[in-house]
Amino acid sequence: MAQHQVNSLANAGLPVALTTVDKLVNWGRTNSLWVLTYGLACCAIEMMASGASRYDFDRFGVIFRASPRQSDVMIVAGTLTKKHAEFIRRLYDQMAEPKWVISMGSCANTGGMFNTYATVQGVDRVIPVDIYLPGCAPRPETLQYAVMLLQKKLRKRSIFQKQKPKRLV
Amino acid sequence: MQQRNRLEPYFENLVFEREDNTMVVNFGPQHPSAHGQLRLILEMDGEQIKKAVPDIGYLHRGMEKMGENMIYNEFLPTTDRMDYIAATSNNYAFALAVERLLGIEDKVPRRAKVIRMMLLELNRIISHLFWLATHALDVGAMSVFLYCFREREYAMDLMEEYCGARLTHSSVRIGGVPLDLPEGWLEHLNWFLNKLPEQIELYEGLLTENRIWRMRLEEVGVIPPKMAKQWACSGIMLRGSGIEYDIRKEEPYELYEEVDFDIPVSDRCDSYGRYLLYMEEMRQSIRILRQLIPMYKETEPQLMAHAPEYISASKEDIMTQNYSLMQHFVLVTQGMRPPVGEVYVPTESPKGELGFFIRSEGEPYPYRLKIRAPSFWHTGILQDLLPGHYLADVVTIIGSTNIVFGEIDR
Repeated sequence: MAQHQVNSLANAGLPVALTTVDKLVNWGRTNSLWVLTYGLACCAIEMMASGASRYDFDRFGVIFRASPRQSDVMIVAGTLTKKHAEFIRRLYDQMAEPKWVISMGSCANTGGMFNTYATVQGVDRVIPVDIYLPGCAPRPETLQYAVMLLQKKLRKRSIFQKQKPKRLV
Repeated sequence: MQQRNRLEPYFENLVFEREDNTMVVNFGPQHPSAHGQLRLILEMDGEQIKKAVPDIGYLHRGMEKMGENMIYNEFLPTTDRMDYIAATSNNYAFALAVERLLGIEDKVPRRAKVIRMMLLELNRIISHLFWLATHALDVGAMSVFLYCFREREYAMDLMEEYCGARLTHSSVRIGGVPLDLPEGWLEHLNWFLNKLPEQIELYEGLLTENRIWRMRLEEVGVIPPKMAKQWACSGIMLRGSGIEYDIRKEEPYELYEEVDFDIPVSDRCDSYGRYLLYMEEMRQSIRILRQLIPMYKETEPQLMAHAPEYISASKEDIMTQNYSLMQHFVLVTQGMRPPVGEVYVPTESPKGELGFFIRSEGEPYPYRLKIRAPSFWHTGILQDLLPGHYLADVVTIIGSTNIVFGEIDR
C-alpha cells in the first residue's frame, strides 16, 4: 500500500475486519482438518483416490497423517474385525482433543454385508462416530461431502466448550 | 497380549529383556505402508532384521464360510471385496469355477468372452498402476503416485461406464456378462490405450534410471528360483525369479489362445526386476486390448449362455414366456443346483494364481468353497525374505510383493 501511497486514515478507514474468536478459530480449524488414515479394506482405496490427483483432498485442507498425535479426524475406511478392534480404540484414545470420527462405508457403519463371526457390526460399538458415510464403496466425492458436513458441524461449535463425552451405540 | 505383571514396565512393541541383545519391533497392523493390515513382528539387531514373523488375520471376514451359506449368484458380489483393486478378476475366477462345475464353460457366448477379457485386462492395468503408485509412494516418489492415479482414474471411468461401479464391479455373471458394451465405449477405450503407453514412458523416465529408485530396489528382496517354487509364488513374483509360468499360457481360459502376447520374464530376482515386469505387463495388456477391439465387432450380440437348467433366460423371454418366468423364479429363490462334484480352477489374476475350489453336493449351496489367493503365499514368503535386510527395506519388499489384505485374510 505504501507504493500506491494510500492513506487509509484519510481515504476509507483502516482495513479492519471484525470477527469473533469462535469464528476465527473455527475458520482455521475447519480448513485444516488433518486426517488419520485408517485404511482397513476396500474403502481405503477410495480414500487414497480422494487424496490423489483427480479429487485432490488438499483443497479442503485435508492432509493425511499417519500418526494419531497429529490428526483431528479419523476416517475409518473399511471392515473392522474383532481382532483389530482393540487397536482402533487405542489409536482413538491417542488422538488429541478435540477429535472427530468419520465412518466410511457400509462395513464401518453397520458391518455391511459381512454379518459373520469375525466382524464388528459397526465401528460405533468401539468408538463414537460423528459422520456416517453410506456406500460400498463410497465414491471420493461422497467422502469430500462428508468432510464438508463435518466442517459445517465444527462451525457451530464454540471453542470454549469442552468436547462433550460422546456416546457409544 | 495382556500385561502379565503390573509392576513391570510394559510396552507391547518392545521387549527389553532379551538374552541375545536383539530388539523386537512391531510393524503394523495400522501402518500406512503395510498395504492393509499386515502386522510384522521383527526381531532386530541394530538396523538389521534377524527374524520376521508376519501376523495376519486382521481383515478376516469369514468369506469362505459366507460362501457356504449363499447360493452361487449371491456370493458373486462378495468376491469383489477380496482383491478390491482388481475386482473383476475375482468375479471372473469365481464365475469360471462355477461354469466349469456346471459344465457350461463352452456355452458362454463369444461376445461375453471378449467383454470379459477386456474387463480382465483393464483390471490388470488398474491393478498394476495402483501397485506402481503405492510402491513408489512407499519408496518415496510422491509424484509418481499422483501421475499413476491420474491414469488409473481414466481406466476407472471406463469400468464405471460399463458397470456403474468404480471399485466393486460385479461385472461378470455366471454364464456370461449382464450387459453389452455401452455406445462409444470402444472409442473411449481406444483413446485410453493411445494415451497410456506415453504415460508408462513417463513413469519409466522418472524411475527406471533414477539413482535413488535403483539403490532402494536393486538387490533388495532377492527371491532365488528355488525359494519362489518352495513358497508357491505365482504371477510376477514367480516370473521375476526367472521362471516362465503364466496360467494364461499354461492352461488357457477364455480366448487367451487366440490373442498374441508375450510373457515377460526377468532373471534379476530382485524388486527392481519385478518393477520392470510390471511395466512390461501393462504394455502387454494394452496389446491384448488392442487385439480385442476388432474381435468384439465380429461377434454375435448374445451375452448369456443358454443353459435353462442353471441360468435365467433373457429379460425378453422372461417377460413373454411363462416357462422362462417359472425357471427364473426358481433360480432366484432357490438357486441353481450344480451336479455333485468338485472343481479347482486357477486363473491369472494381476497378483498371481487365483483359484477357486468348489465342492458341490448337488445342493444350491456349495459344501465347501476354498479360495486360493496369491497374496496369501506372498505374505508367507516374507519370513524368509526379510531376514538380513535393513528396516528401511521392509517397505520396499512389502510393496514389491503386491499383497492385498482382503485377499489374504478373506
